[in-house]
Amino acid sequence: MDSIAGSKSSLTWAVNISVVLLVALWLFPTVGLLVSSFRTSDQIATSGWWKALFPSVQNLTLRADAPELQVREGDLYVIEGDLFEVGKDVEISVFGVSSRAIDAFKVGETGELVKGGDITVSVEGHYRMTNIEPFEGSRGQRIFVTAKTPPEFTLDNYHNVLFDPSNREGMAKAFFNTLTVTIPATIIPIVIAAFAAYALAWMEFPGRALLIAAIVGLLVVPLQLALIPLLKFHNEIGIGKGYLGAWMAHTGFGLPLAIYLLRNYMVGLPRDIIENAKVDGASDFQIFVKIILPLSFPALASFAIFQFLWTWNDLLVALVFLIDSTGETTVMTKQIVELLGTRGGNWEILATSAFVSIAVPLAVFFAMQKYLVRGLLAGSVK
Amino acid sequence: MHPALQGLVTIILGVGGCVAYFYLSNQILDKVLFPARGQNAGRNITRANMIRPWLFVLPALLALGLYLAYPVVETLRLSLTERVTMSDGSTTYNWVGVDNYAQMFNEPKFWEAMRNNIMWLFVVPAFSTAFGLLAAQLTDRIKWGNVAKSMIFMPMAISFVGAAVIFKLVYDMRPVTQDQIGVLNALYLTFGGTEPKAWLTIPVWNNFFLMAVLIWIQTGFAMVILSAALRGIPEGTIEAAIVDGANPFQVFFKIKVPQIQVTILVVWTTITIVVLKVFDIVFAMTNGQWETQVLANYMFDKLFRANDWGVGSASAMVIMLLVTPILIWNVRNARKEMK
Repeated sequence: MDSIAGSKSSLTWAVNISVVLLVALWLFPTVGLLVSSFRTSDQIATSGWWKALFPSVQNLTLRADAPELQVREGDLYVIEGDLFEVGKDVEISVFGVSSRAIDAFKVGETGELVKGGDITVSVEGHYRMTNIEPFEGSRGQRIFVTAKTPPEFTLDNYHNVLFDPSNREGMAKAFFNTLTVTIPATIIPIVIAAFAAYALAWMEFPGRALLIAAIVGLLVVPLQLALIPLLKFHNEIGIGKGYLGAWMAHTGFGLPLAIYLLRNYMVGLPRDIIENAKVDGASDFQIFVKIILPLSFPALASFAIFQFLWTWNDLLVALVFLIDSTGETTVMTKQIVELLGTRGGNWEILATSAFVSIAVPLAVFFAMQKYLVRGLLAGSVK
Repeated sequence: MHPALQGLVTIILGVGGCVAYFYLSNQILDKVLFPARGQNAGRNITRANMIRPWLFVLPALLALGLYLAYPVVETLRLSLTERVTMSDGSTTYNWVGVDNYAQMFNEPKFWEAMRNNIMWLFVVPAFSTAFGLLAAQLTDRIKWGNVAKSMIFMPMAISFVGAAVIFKLVYDMRPVTQDQIGVLNALYLTFGGTEPKAWLTIPVWNNFFLMAVLIWIQTGFAMVILSAALRGIPEGTIEAAIVDGANPFQVFFKIKVPQIQVTILVVWTTITIVVLKVFDIVFAMTNGQWETQVLANYMFDKLFRANDWGVGSASAMVIMLLVTPILIWNVRNARKEMK
């Protein structure tokens, strides 16, 4: 096409650059969260995540060793040590000993301590405090430095969010709860829908066209309408709030799309196969199980991905039908909304928790994108 | 019982139950009710085949009826009643006619939600479709188009809540004396802004910052559908236009776009439905404060904070009413296609 289109190379360049920009714009927000989840809370709070990939200049408050570690050198009492781990690639420019003047002295200069004595700090963070009187007090001298530190990433946030058993805001339990909701809520509608889709695709009966039309209609009925009546219904039959209710609700809400997708796919299967099987004496049940079901795998996979993503990412159904006042059955989306309220400023926790919940659907997405696209194309009502 | 175990049992019971139901009901139909032998064999087979389709669709019908069709009727009924807790703790529903609707129409918060929803309805589908079309057209012409597509499509897999966190970081604000950690404020200050802004608290405009989240998610969907449609355009029409001297822009706007109009409409209406139901984004990011209320969140508020089922149902009916034209259009199209 391009050769006839008289496409000048400048146009191709323009297209390439536009796409690069578009992709960058779409990825940028997510990458921001991902990078933030590997930074400490101090780092997140003091500089933008886009600076995390380069060395950054930071104002740090550090502490020298406590006076009890002082040694005597001739007439002088000396405390000596390193502000940073030895070998770390830091570059200190200025330092101070009081919070009112954090940049009082340049590196290499000799600074005066407030309570008497001198201090020197080297570029890489080696300090030496000297005094003719002994140093007193129980805590070490505070040293304020402005330093250029290399990029630094940590896995602590993930450890804290996933594996710390004392962390009540942790995601481990919510992760398993989400999984518990998701798997039955994905599998059961598929089974129910597959049988119905077969009947709607390959069996003749009065009212079939009407049923198909009704399912197309139900595809767009907003979830919001179902909340109160079903909550009432669940309370009346005694299941109240819990997994059972959530599974049933997800099954009901997922069915129209499941039937619609599967029927559209099954209708397209070759008529010959089915008729030959009938001639050979196979029953509808056998045809369905042995022929239709295996052939419909792509459509089944498409729907399974949709339903998985939808139930995994759902908040509304969980809020209404699942999570009771004990909060034992909380799911990740609810947990994150909670954190947004109580820990709105703690980006290290928020970013990590969000990424824990995003990671699984993203993996599914990249692994099975083909089926997702196929399902989208078949599922959008034409 | 441990929930995971409970889940496993549910899968086994659910799947096993379904399969057992279908198998046994077919067996009973063929072997017990209408056996295909004896003098009535022919008639029995016909009868069994008349009933069998209903065995196949019955579980689905029951579930659909109970979980989607019945709630529509019940919500309508509840929207015309008031829930009253009696002195003995039981609840009754008193018929109040259109009082709930009258009460709702008198609330400024409802009209705020309506206004915002109408803005959402125009802005989100328009921008998602436009970006989707742009992305589809551009990526179809380059070698690494498929990689680019999957990057733009990726937000589809991210939950609304996850997206809310992602964009909260983008919109974050720090005092002017500190480094900004939100991209938007950092850019704003770089390009001449003097004071960082709390974007989500600036009325009316904050709605657009919320809409951006949904546009970001839905563009990928639009792109995938429109890209398939663009590829389905007969090459001949494009070649003819090029031979006649059309430039690439004319080819796109005068030849390609008119041919995929129907698909554009489908994408537009599908996103419209998503917009009408949007809840998580507003709930997680502003919870309707600073004049960002939308209908779905208004309804949730009424339902679970105010505990007012009457007005909650009434607002749900408003959402249903807004969806209805699309519902009818879809059904009519589907019937046309089947004929």
